Amino acid sequence: MINARAAFASAFCVILTTGVSAAAYSYVLPKETAELAPGPHLDTAQRNCGACHSADYISTQPRALADPQAFWLAEVTKMQRVYGAPIDNADLPKIVDYLVQTYGR
Amino acid sequence: MPDVKRRAWLQLAGAGLFGAGTKSWAQTIEMPFENGERPLVAYPEKRRLIRLTSRPPLLETPMAVFDEGLITPNDAFYVRYHLANLPFDSIDPATFRLQVKGAVAEPLSLGLNELRGMGTVDLVAVSQCSGNGRGFFKPRVAGGQAGNGLMGNARWTGVPLTTVLARAGVQPSAVQVRFDGLDGPVMDGTPDFAKALMLDHARDGDVLLAWAMNGADLPFLNGYPLRLVVPGCFGTYWVKHLNEITVLDKPLDNFWMTNAYRIPDNDCNCITPGAAPARTKPIGRFKVRSFITSVSDGAQVRANASVVLRGIAFDGGSGIRQVQLSANGGSMWTDAKLGQDLGRYSFRGWEAPTTLAAGPHTLQVRAVSNAGEMQPVEQPWNPAGYLRNVIESTTVNAA
Repeated sequence: MINARAAFASAFCVILTTGVSAAAYSYVLPKETAELAPGPHLDTAQRNCGACHSADYISTQPRALADPQAFWLAEVTKMQRVYGAPIDNADLPKIVDYLVQTYGR
Repeated sequence: MPDVKRRAWLQLAGAGLFGAGTKSWAQTIEMPFENGERPLVAYPEKRRLIRLTSRPPLLETPMAVFDEGLITPNDAFYVRYHLANLPFDSIDPATFRLQVKGAVAEPLSLGLNELRGMGTVDLVAVSQCSGNGRGFFKPRVAGGQAGNGLMGNARWTGVPLTTVLARAGVQPSAVQVRFDGLDGPVMDGTPDFAKALMLDHARDGDVLLAWAMNGADLPFLNGYPLRLVVPGCFGTYWVKHLNEITVLDKPLDNFWMTNAYRIPDNDCNCITPGAAPARTKPIGRFKVRSFITSVSDGAQVRANASVVLRGIAFDGGSGIRQVQLSANGGSMWTDAKLGQDLGRYSFRGWEAPTTLAAGPHTLQVRAVSNAGEMQPVEQPWNPAGYLRNVIESTTVNAA
């Protein structure tokens, strides 16, 4: 029931805002609840990873990996070089270490 | 607008408060692969769907929805974004404009009513995410860890893209058409999401600029107020919140065309895990797929009685010629009866009566397209986990 009530509230927001302005459409996502799990360098991971995506982008990745280090190094490097995440080079190995220690298994 | 909003609210209220339209009150669902637990969450305009990720939102349709009918309801249709900066508060349907520019004789700025006045067509077409079924890849690959529910079949209403391009007047130098929507990146350094189609494809008459699906405005999370519909092709091309069309005189060279959404350029579009593809090309059309929808994996069925199995099949646009079912792990196949034909881009229903002896059974379904394409027995592997179309298996117990 708690989830249903939250959904009800969100839907109600759509109506209220469209009703009041009669023009601009307004959409409200449900409150974000996913959080990064505790682990080494958690603060570094939080500071660098949370601006562009929610924590479940990380937590839903496969755990049963042949080489978690290679997997997470590739992901963090992709975020920095391809997606333009402003990650300091000094922070990069800390983030990889956090991900391997926390989500590598 | 108010009508549509009220309808969406009623659907949501029905699904969320009274349980109609949902089969389960479970808070989570376990996808059939490692680390597969997902919450079931109802978003505004959506019933309870499988949430893969919160921001940007990635919502998967439960397989049971595909047994409700050939058309996927708007409130159950999957949602996928790349970048989290969505136009939550910036769309005003009265002032919304679609810009058409680039290598054209006359740039256009079109409102929704002008688009509606240019000739409306309806077309039933499947949309499917390139990574549909990525969670099943072995070895596993990074990305959205989806089951098979990142697909849906809708009746799209819009104007053919070729009509709009003809109004603008395409220059002889044109080679591609670029599409950009109102959603964008959070960081300045992140490549904006934009995709391109070859000019001939853009003008084939089937590519639509759609403002409605299944007779209602597009849900916000499916691209309100206007999206590209590219029948037979993967969802990456179906640009949402579409507000800019640019005719190009050279191919689009951006991250989303040159680096992402590419597949090995060989016969199987596959490589050995760990190897690097010699050549790649942009992903394009769906491969032929089929599913059993009337029973789910692990289900109980009646033994020694006729049970009608049913499901869906589709391909990249030739249509479905044949669907076959096996109840013994693939050693014998029998033809299923094909259902109503809603067009070559649509889901095609099928059904087959089956009698099972007591005990466990592996049910398999395979389709052949009108182009002669068949489904593989084993899934070829590619680094991004795209193009899954292996013959699917469903294990049931007859008792």
